[in-house]
Amino acid sequence: MREAAMSEARAEVLHRIRRALADVPDDERPQDVPVARDYSRSAPPGADPAQAAKLLAERLADYGAAVRLVPEDAVARAVADALAARGAARVVVPGGFPREWQAGLTTEGTGTPVRILSDDPRVPVSELDRTDGTVTTAATAIAETGTLVLDGGPGQGRRALTLVPDYHLCLVRAGQVVFGVPEALARLDPARPLTFVSGPSATSDIELERVEGVHGPRTLEVIVIV
Amino acid sequence: MSGATFLGMPSFPGAAKDALADTQLRRNLAHATATIRGKRTDAVGELDDWQELREAGRAIKERTLRHLDRYLLQLEERVTAAGGRVHWARDAEEASRIVVDLVRSTGERELVKVKSMATQEIGLNEALAEAGIAAYETDLAELIVQLGEDLPSHLLVPAIHRNRAEIREIFLRAMGEHGAAAPDGLGDAPAELAEAARRHLREKFLRAKVAVSGANFLVADTGTAVVVESEGNGRMCLTLPETLISVAGIEKVVPTWQDLEVFLQLLPRSSTGERMNPYTSTWTGTGTGTGTGTGTGTETGSGAGADGGEGPRAFHLVLLDGGRSDTLADPVGRQALNCIRCSACLNVCPVYERVGGHAYGSVYPGPIGAILSPQLRGGATESDRSLPYASTLCGACYEVCPVKINIPDVLVHLRARMVDGGRRRPVPKPERLAMAAASWVLAEPSRLAAAQRAGALAGRLLPGRRGRGASRLPGPLSAWTDARDAPVPAEESFRAWWRRTRR
Repeated sequence: MREAAMSEARAEVLHRIRRALADVPDDERPQDVPVARDYSRSAPPGADPAQAAKLLAERLADYGAAVRLVPEDAVARAVADALAARGAARVVVPGGFPREWQAGLTTEGTGTPVRILSDDPRVPVSELDRTDGTVTTAATAIAETGTLVLDGGPGQGRRALTLVPDYHLCLVRAGQVVFGVPEALARLDPARPLTFVSGPSATSDIELERVEGVHGPRTLEVIVIV
Repeated sequence: MSGATFLGMPSFPGAAKDALADTQLRRNLAHATATIRGKRTDAVGELDDWQELREAGRAIKERTLRHLDRYLLQLEERVTAAGGRVHWARDAEEASRIVVDLVRSTGERELVKVKSMATQEIGLNEALAEAGIAAYETDLAELIVQLGEDLPSHLLVPAIHRNRAEIREIFLRAMGEHGAAAPDGLGDAPAELAEAARRHLREKFLRAKVAVSGANFLVADTGTAVVVESEGNGRMCLTLPETLISVAGIEKVVPTWQDLEVFLQLLPRSSTGERMNPYTSTWTGTGTGTGTGTGTGTETGSGAGADGGEGPRAFHLVLLDGGRSDTLADPVGRQALNCIRCSACLNVCPVYERVGGHAYGSVYPGPIGAILSPQLRGGATESDRSLPYASTLCGACYEVCPVKINIPDVLVHLRARMVDGGRRRPVPKPERLAMAAASWVLAEPSRLAAAQRAGALAGRLLPGRRGRGASRLPGPLSAWTDARDAPVPAEESFRAWWRRTRR
């Protein structure tokens, strides 16, 4: 019976829409309604990847993320330093996160040794809530808006990993950074679960004053590998 | 807990008068709207191609609306292919019933909610409460409204009418009744209040089996749903529960994935004045479909999970008509459906800044509400018919609208439609009389001169004090001065002065 009501509702909504569009000629196709894409769809002329990485760092910092530009050979050290400075003792590292970047975590001497939790098998959510943070990579990053995009690919983990713990350390290579939103969307696969992260979680709900840190990680640190 | 409702609200002039007398409300609003206006101006000013983005946004919406049936069918097909289920609702009641039934079939008695205008519009929380299901709002401002048993007054910041001291009091009083209580020593710094909300809601997120959300955009060619947010409460609701039910108006569909490149630039800059909002989540069905794009080409990641995997195992999309198809039937009024709920028009509106959102008697306040609500609800009530007059036609709303809705045009159009609708009344409406009189007077210079002499004379007889404005005009024109002060006419008109000094 519910099925019948549902198909009836569907038919009626579609019928109402078609009736409402009586002024649209029958032979008009969607592409007959012009959409001028005169806005910028690529990086400004002369912009190079190094500039994009620098802009990303600036814009992320502007929204309260701590950002470091680090050369490839110093990444493991930077990861270990960041976690030590945070005082993180147990962090989740998703499958596919490069082994060489975790190398610093096994060596002691930078402070507290960090215990790594693998997410295979999956760490239960209640357990995630008790960990000190997550270290991941990203799928791409948008310089102009200071945005990291995660698509659940290797090294990025499922969505809950970068959501439930209070600290997220994200690594992105300069080569993954695009200038604007259009370039990023063109690179991404909509069939995957995508999460766009621009700074730590925030709210402006009280007197429109921006406060960093509500339900998502209250601290976001980013290492841009240059 | 969710007993407040907009039903039976007085029409705009009456409600506006009460709001204007509330000086605390006016202070809170003036402070908040001034802050957000400045941020928006800066964020928009950074982009050289803002006008091109606006035009593209408008054009995409026009294309969508003119072929809405086609895009909805395509969306339905793609969502279904990706493991989701699509439901159609003719009106608010049907939409609520669908959601209630879906929640009941899970056996759960509570759920978490992401802020959603569509679910407010259909009165979902009330319907759920009647069915014995507790719906917890998780957006900070919605939480403030819900705990305060209050009504939302702004699209983006529903508790914009509350200041920090009032919010602290609400948290201290009400949090304990619905879960983790606020800490004893709670102060009124926004960071402290946000921390209290984090603690209060965390246990609810971790145990929730069902979530209800809206959607900012629904992409027809991929079946992807998009939620744009700041706090992470949206991510919690979209990630941790087993069942996700999203309710969205039929106008939320956009044709292609590429079109998001326009709206994901327009929305955050117009809304919170940020280059990008902290979190945007997209999902396609239950993620069990096959990849279509380039991506990274790996196999991990997609697939539904129970323990906070990649998202819910069951995804239901409820497509709501609720007066949208009627709105679509008016080729001028139709553009109100372009709205992406950014609230920039509220923040620049001199009327909104002074009266706040409650006076509009609708979940959609401000300039957009003045054109959207009467159309969605059919303009049957006195409250609806008063809304197109809740504006000075200054045009600031059109200037800032990211999808170029010509709000002043639609306001004037709706005024005409609603006044014409009263044509068969025995006594003509004052504004029709006034307009008819004005066109007669303005048609002939001699008549204008005579009218001005009469006005100057009347000015000396009116009860208002010099320089302060006449407080009340006589006869049918009193309706005008019920809501405004009319300036006292000059003793000598410009035309009279010109003649006297130039000859």
